[in-house]
Amino acid sequence: MAQSTAKTDYQGRIHNLQKDMIGRYYARLTAAAENRGEKAVYMLISGNPVELIEAFDMIPVYPEVNALQLAVKKQSLPLILAAEEMGYSTDNCAYVKADVGMYFAGRKTPFATIPEPDLLLCNYVGCNVYLQWFEHLQEYSKAPIYNLDVPFFRTKAIDPSEEDVSYVVKQLEDLVEILERMSGKKLDYQKLQRIVELSGETGALWSDIKRLAQRRPTPYDAYFDSVMMMAPLYCLRGTEDGLRFFQEAYKEMKQRADNHEGPLPEEKFRLVMEGPPPWPYLRQFRDMFSRWGAVAVASTYSTVGGIWEFGFRHDPQRPLESIARHMLQWNVCNRNFMQRYQQIKDYVDDWGADALVIHSVKSCRLFSAGQGDMREYFTKQLNVPTLLIESDIEDPRYFSEAQLRNRVDAFFEALEHQRMLVSK
Amino acid sequence: MLYGGGVDVGSTQTKAIILSEDRTIIGRALINTGANVSMAAERAFQEAATSAGIPPETVAYVVGTGYGRYKVNFGNAQITEISCHARGANLLFPKTRTVIDMGGQDAKGIRVGEQGDVKDFVMNDKCAAGTGRFLSNAAETVGLSLDKIGPISLDAKKPVRLSTVCAVFVESDIMSYLAEGKTVPDILGGVHSAIAARTVALIRRVGIEPEITFTGGVSRNVGMVKALEERLGFPVNVCDDSHYIGAIGAAIFALERALAGEASAGMSETSKLTAPVPSRPGAGAQ
Repeated sequence: MAQSTAKTDYQGRIHNLQKDMIGRYYARLTAAAENRGEKAVYMLISGNPVELIEAFDMIPVYPEVNALQLAVKKQSLPLILAAEEMGYSTDNCAYVKADVGMYFAGRKTPFATIPEPDLLLCNYVGCNVYLQWFEHLQEYSKAPIYNLDVPFFRTKAIDPSEEDVSYVVKQLEDLVEILERMSGKKLDYQKLQRIVELSGETGALWSDIKRLAQRRPTPYDAYFDSVMMMAPLYCLRGTEDGLRFFQEAYKEMKQRADNHEGPLPEEKFRLVMEGPPPWPYLRQFRDMFSRWGAVAVASTYSTVGGIWEFGFRHDPQRPLESIARHMLQWNVCNRNFMQRYQQIKDYVDDWGADALVIHSVKSCRLFSAGQGDMREYFTKQLNVPTLLIESDIEDPRYFSEAQLRNRVDAFFEALEHQRMLVSK
Repeated sequence: MLYGGGVDVGSTQTKAIILSEDRTIIGRALINTGANVSMAAERAFQEAATSAGIPPETVAYVVGTGYGRYKVNFGNAQITEISCHARGANLLFPKTRTVIDMGGQDAKGIRVGEQGDVKDFVMNDKCAAGTGRFLSNAAETVGLSLDKIGPISLDAKKPVRLSTVCAVFVESDIMSYLAEGKTVPDILGGVHSAIAARTVALIRRVGIEPEITFTGGVSRNVGMVKALEERLGFPVNVCDDSHYIGAIGAAIFALERALAGEASAGMSETSKLTAPVPSRPGAGAQ
């Protein structure tokens, strides 16, 4: 049961490129906050129509991304406490609390000043609490709100019904009118087509990068390193910069894969990870796996903003329809549990994983509900060793290192022991 | 003759075991962990060696387990108590397929293979509900020592139904039953059956397959053994050494490694396991 010493994160050329590009994105936010830049549209990560926002030269603002940045930079707890002093319960979503705390602290963060919203473009694809979150932001900011009603992907069908697609398209057309009024200009359809084309090309590259993780060793950790690539995917999708980032990322990852370079000196266990990471303790969490030579080859969290690795591409010939399909079908959050199971099963089979790790989130009962059943399904029905652990995405008070590590260590001890018995 | 040592540093008590080459327990010790975890580990180990009648330095390999395992500074390796309980249960009761471990702060269910290998496990969430802490709080509230409550619970005629398994709120629940005039045995009967219900619900997640071996400090409580057996509908294995099973498992691992030639300088050597190298902060984590 020896554990390996391991360097635990990958820092390559694209890491610097990412810092540079996201730095510029945040500079745009600060400029908007100081009334020197574009109009700010608040959106959620899952199921958003960022392409339309880009088409009107407005800037997307993601309260979720801001909240997790605050957690990574160890800034979240005082803001959460401030929100709790206002009356938010300890059981409320910690992303919401950190965001509300930040809002009332003058929207100033170590990485940017966040602009007031010009439009709150809500949906409940990722979570029902989004509705309340944005409703509160509307109350505080007095900005207009528009709720996109994206039907949950509730059937066994592989594709959403045409009614669902046209229902969402109709709402996007309404949204175009709103954005036209806000900007005082008509939608430039050709520009939208180009943006959708950029999203399609970006998605194709992201898909290729994900497929590289099928190699042995995987050239990067598809959980801990994927999160580094998710920021450009959300904040820069549909832009030339965003495309360039993914072109560079693919080149670098391909080269690493061809050179048999992995994120760890030795890849002993290949994992599929489910659930978002504990942002306040990302490094400690990563080390718990790295020390066992365990590396993620796929993750569902990296698909909350979109799934491209199973073939979806934005189609510039049908821009609104393909945005609608992306919102409806091609992100993990709008999928029902059987589809979520299937996605994980595909990762286990096609990416050659040894085990599934589920990280459950204490302050997000909506995403976590059903994960106990998921553990049982994979352990008992599919015979995939599965570990279920819990902490939080944002609230550092829920991270109990000794308890988490005990479970992680026991899990890998058991996997090693099983391997030893098999090899005897 | 080779000896293997196992030290199980739990949240409440520290247990140490010395095994001889033929896997016979030749020494054991049990002490309260207290504030100085490293010292508790060392003292338990010394006492176990003394009870075995051998000098501590003749123990070829020592494995630390339990929450304080990384404080077993003189040990050669650390292994989680989950693996150790499975191995220990396998030695005492070779037909064990399920282990129920109840300690001071933890309740665990472990599905065990024929070789004492861990097939699956579940643990309580970050909450002491349904653990030894719940029992000690209940004992304190009725003014009895922990070792008395089990036997007294066996006298329950109509066990009360507790509204909580929270280790903190159990106190007010018990107070209100006392105020209502319920008897102490009936209250304690309720306490034990509430924990049994919660524990069995937890264990069902790994699947319950006989034989079931009950380990950890709470396994010494006869009331808990009865409550669990009633809830499960199966007998559970317990013996005088059930409390030591984690340390026994650790000692088996130690012995195996010693026999495999892994041992070298024995106690003078620090952990074989290398600590993870600290990494740079998350890669621009988004």
